[in-house]
Amino acid sequence: MTRASLPLRIAAVGGLAFLHIPLLFILLYAFTTEEKSYAFPPPGFTLKWFGVVWGRADIWAAVGLSLKVATIATVLALVLGTLAAGALARTRFFGREPISLLFVLPIALPGIVTGIALRQAFGLMEIPFSFWTIVLGHATFCIVVVYNNAVARLRRLSPSLIEASMDLGADAFQTFRLIVLPNIGTALLAGGMLAFALSFDEVIVTTFTAGQQSTLPIWMLSELIRPRQRPVTNVVAVLIIIVTFLPILAAYYLTREGEAVAGSGK
Amino acid sequence: MSLATFDLPAPRDGALRRLSDRLVRRARLLTLVLLVPPLLWLGLIYLGSLFVFLGQSIFSIDEFSGTIVREPTITTLLELFRPANYDIVLRTVGISAVVTVLCVVIAFPVAYYAARYAGPRAKAAFYLAVMMPLWSSYLVKVYGWKLLLAKEGAIGWFAGRLGLGGALEAWLALPVVGGPSLSVSYTGMVLVFTYLWLPFMILPVQAALERVPKSLIEAAGDLGASPATLFRTVILPLAMPGVVAGAIFTFSLTLGDYIVPQIIGTSALVLGQAVYMQQGTAGNIPLAAAFSLVPILVMALFLTLAKRTGAFDAL
Repeated sequence: MTRASLPLRIAAVGGLAFLHIPLLFILLYAFTTEEKSYAFPPPGFTLKWFGVVWGRADIWAAVGLSLKVATIATVLALVLGTLAAGALARTRFFGREPISLLFVLPIALPGIVTGIALRQAFGLMEIPFSFWTIVLGHATFCIVVVYNNAVARLRRLSPSLIEASMDLGADAFQTFRLIVLPNIGTALLAGGMLAFALSFDEVIVTTFTAGQQSTLPIWMLSELIRPRQRPVTNVVAVLIIIVTFLPILAAYYLTREGEAVAGSGK
Repeated sequence: MSLATFDLPAPRDGALRRLSDRLVRRARLLTLVLLVPPLLWLGLIYLGSLFVFLGQSIFSIDEFSGTIVREPTITTLLELFRPANYDIVLRTVGISAVVTVLCVVIAFPVAYYAARYAGPRAKAAFYLAVMMPLWSSYLVKVYGWKLLLAKEGAIGWFAGRLGLGGALEAWLALPVVGGPSLSVSYTGMVLVFTYLWLPFMILPVQAALERVPKSLIEAAGDLGASPATLFRTVILPLAMPGVVAGAIFTFSLTLGDYIVPQIIGTSALVLGQAVYMQQGTAGNIPLAAAFSLVPILVMALFLTLAKRTGAFDAL
């Protein structure tokens, strides 16, 4: 194989740099002493704002709410997504295509359409906005992430393993617990982590399904539209990067090592 | 797997066992049982709300009382063609098209390098380098650009240092693309959209390029094609499904977004903002529903065309 030409290498590295530079600037700004503007270069550096954020009850409340919503939405998505994947991975029946389209629809349609539609439905059924309306909205678009991961793994899992288990006398529940679950476990974990990151970060649907409650992205959005506490926002941005970075990295390693599924060569 | 796992308790007799037997014997029943909970959730709650909302586009609003008149009419849908509203549609589709083209231009070299020249280790590093920004927080990324694009921000500073301050001023003085500063101009908005959706273009293009058979490239070389001819007649056509697949993402994501234009951009509305305003301050749900139909119809058209190019195999 020949080496890439210089212009191609510059364009490729440049493209990747373009993807990362804004994130680096956020890291830099978390330490700035400037309070009133986004002045560059920062006039000085300080760790003071990390301490300020640590002492802010409203931010901790928003973080707590976001974590709780993401946890419950992820659990719901794991159950529903796995069921859906189990039903569709290896079957063929009339109506299969529209159903798999339905699972993808919540992320294929603009978030604002999903958000307003749910808001209207809550209004129509006189359901007051609460923690649970946020969870319901989030679970709706998290299902697809789990579904995609689980369906890909189930298709690689050899059906002969399941047949063998049944031939040896295990019932359907034992087979699921002892054969299927260990083989799709890492895929589910990865899907769950991506769903968690997706929910933790979601702002558009949340805008419409939350009442007075403020998740972390809602707090962040209000600061973006009307900046009042720039240094605090800078630090919160860094914290969000860290919280979403770790599950994504973990999901990557889980699915990569999961390539070798037992019996996948058959 | 160790042999110890063969110490299974004998399956119990009873209700569970009978249920298990029935499910195993009748695969259709099993599929149905598995499908019911997710279908109830998405089919009933989600699809139901969607139809109720979008269905209101055939209602209209009483101009005096501001209440919804629940009689089928096409007046609300026709309102989309009023010059002010039609402009919003055209503007949004135009921005989406420009963003898509920019994404292709920036993504192609990255995908091409990763697919054809990178070794296994470099390929893994490229993949992670694309995935990390893709999954990073949307708002945080927008915030990063707000820092960069602000008048007193880093881009202005670097332009000044490199002696390009004049060029930046001249660009901002241009009609349409310019504005008081980068953070309140179409240039800024398009830049942020391009940044946000770029990974969605890189991944499918790379997947398509990796499927180009090596033998085809060698054959073209053996038959005397220059690298430029090889690229134009072999690689580019085979990469097209990937480009179209990526364009589905970049186009639809730009079409429906209302947060970026709210934070970085001009005061002229885009589709998402129009929907937001109609359902919020204006309280005109029928018109909000009519506006929501536009991105859905545009994407349905786009997807029908895309299906013909085989883009779905590159997803």
